[in-house]
Amino acid sequence: MKRNRLFENIVHGIFLILGLITVGCVLLITVYLIISGIPAIKEIGLFNFLFGKEWASTAAEPKYGILPFILTSVYGTAGAILIGVPIGFFAAVYLSKVANKKVRAVIEAAVNLLAGIPSVVYGLVGMLVLVPVIREIFNVPDGASLFAAIIVLAIMILPNIIKVSITALDAVPKEYEDASLALGATPTETFFKVSVPAAKSGIAAAVVLGVGRAIGEAMAVMMVAGNVANMPSLFESVRFLTTAVASEMAYSSPGSLQRNALFSIALVLFLFIMLINATLNFFLKRDKEK
Amino acid sequence: MKKIISLLTVTILLVCALTGCGGNKEAVATDGSTSMNKVIGALGEAFEVDTGITVTYNATGSGAGIQAVQEGRCDIGLASRNLKDEEKANGLEGTILAYDGIAIIVNPNNPVSDLDVETIAKIYTGEIKNWKEVGGNDAEIVLIGREAGSGTRDGFESITDTEDKCKYRQELTSTGDVITTVGSNPGAIGYASLASVKDTVKALTVGGVVASEETIKDGSYVVQRPFVLVTKKDATLSESAQKFFDYITSEAANKIISGAGVVPAN
Repeated sequence: MKRNRLFENIVHGIFLILGLITVGCVLLITVYLIISGIPAIKEIGLFNFLFGKEWASTAAEPKYGILPFILTSVYGTAGAILIGVPIGFFAAVYLSKVANKKVRAVIEAAVNLLAGIPSVVYGLVGMLVLVPVIREIFNVPDGASLFAAIIVLAIMILPNIIKVSITALDAVPKEYEDASLALGATPTETFFKVSVPAAKSGIAAAVVLGVGRAIGEAMAVMMVAGNVANMPSLFESVRFLTTAVASEMAYSSPGSLQRNALFSIALVLFLFIMLINATLNFFLKRDKEK
Repeated sequence: MKKIISLLTVTILLVCALTGCGGNKEAVATDGSTSMNKVIGALGEAFEVDTGITVTYNATGSGAGIQAVQEGRCDIGLASRNLKDEEKANGLEGTILAYDGIAIIVNPNNPVSDLDVETIAKIYTGEIKNWKEVGGNDAEIVLIGREAGSGTRDGFESITDTEDKCKYRQELTSTGDVITTVGSNPGAIGYASLASVKDTVKALTVGGVVASEETIKDGSYVVQRPFVLVTKKDATLSESAQKFFDYITSEAANKIISGAGVVPAN
């Protein structure tokens, strides 16, 4: 009996430590980002940094304005949501409520596979297929653009949106739908007027999750967006917050203002993600309270 | 709970600090050109494996590297340009380690096959915007380049004298990406280190000279620059630094130098 207790305590302790590793990592990253992100912002000036329209980190007279990156990230994410959410949402409604079991199994397997494709593969396919296609269709000199990034991001966030929405829709009690049908509503009316409103917190969470995935993606967009620090425009080469950090980090020398400014960009991105996470938690919590 | 977290943080920080300054008795300090990162890194690694002597590399830029040798802050300075006369007059000596040849590449379907340096500079600064102005098809020129800080970009821009003036359409982060992009866009022009050019793109002749190891070595292909080892003329190097110097200028090092994408000089 006593030995059992001891064993339980040890296991308990091990689990506690394992749990704390995550907390420790988050704390470490947060503290590290803040410590290394603040100096450059101080040196450049918060206003100049956030609202400066020009980024030329290696020029003779360096300029560190990240407004183009912020706007690109916001527009890119918004565009991806605009395309990805309707597709993902209706796909989820179909899979959860209309599709028969076999169809659902096949499509769900495909969605899971889509979720598992590494982002560099999305980037590669985007670079070799999507970019030339955009160049041909829209008759622009070069297809690498914000538009290409939006398409890639929209596809990348689809699995998240579909999976989370399906879970939310599946969780709607069958009695609600039965009651609606019994009152004479058609199945379509039932889905959109009963099931979807009942699952709206979960669906909102799915959208927020998609936003988080889109804004944090670096590799795939780096390969299709062109990476020039222009103010965003649909068919122009643009640079995202993530790619701004990723593309210059390798060559910036430690301790230089350039390197520090990259950390500051990472800090801004981190704050964006925190905000998105807080929103997500808000929706999920509301869901639970119901 | 708070105690545990703080304890953990302190331990992690301590471990980081300790590994950061692992003591090494013998070391060769090099300082200079950021573009030489790859070649010096590869040479230093091989040298360390052979002799156990570590080579440190401080990427500060050619000018800063030359100054560091002058002031005795490092053993060997690295410059990606020839020494100026006044620098030589100050008692410095340059030994060319390798040549960095940069190929100007276009899509294989592009009829243009020769440009001179002035035209290339005009294209990259946006003065010439259409291929028909240089004898090609009526298509907009799409400028493909590398990200800020890249050695190839720095090399290209310093040779063509277009620093900070290039109007890139795309800034890609690897040579492979540049080649792929140029290979898939008929209007594109890009640059890449000569060693990595593949058949999917066409390397232009510059002023009528084909880019090759020979033309780069004899200087007739102009889009190139030397990687120079800078030392003091009258002072002797430390034993380990001399060993490293001899090692990297020997024929045995040529393979490593070629592996880093540049043309060995010796």
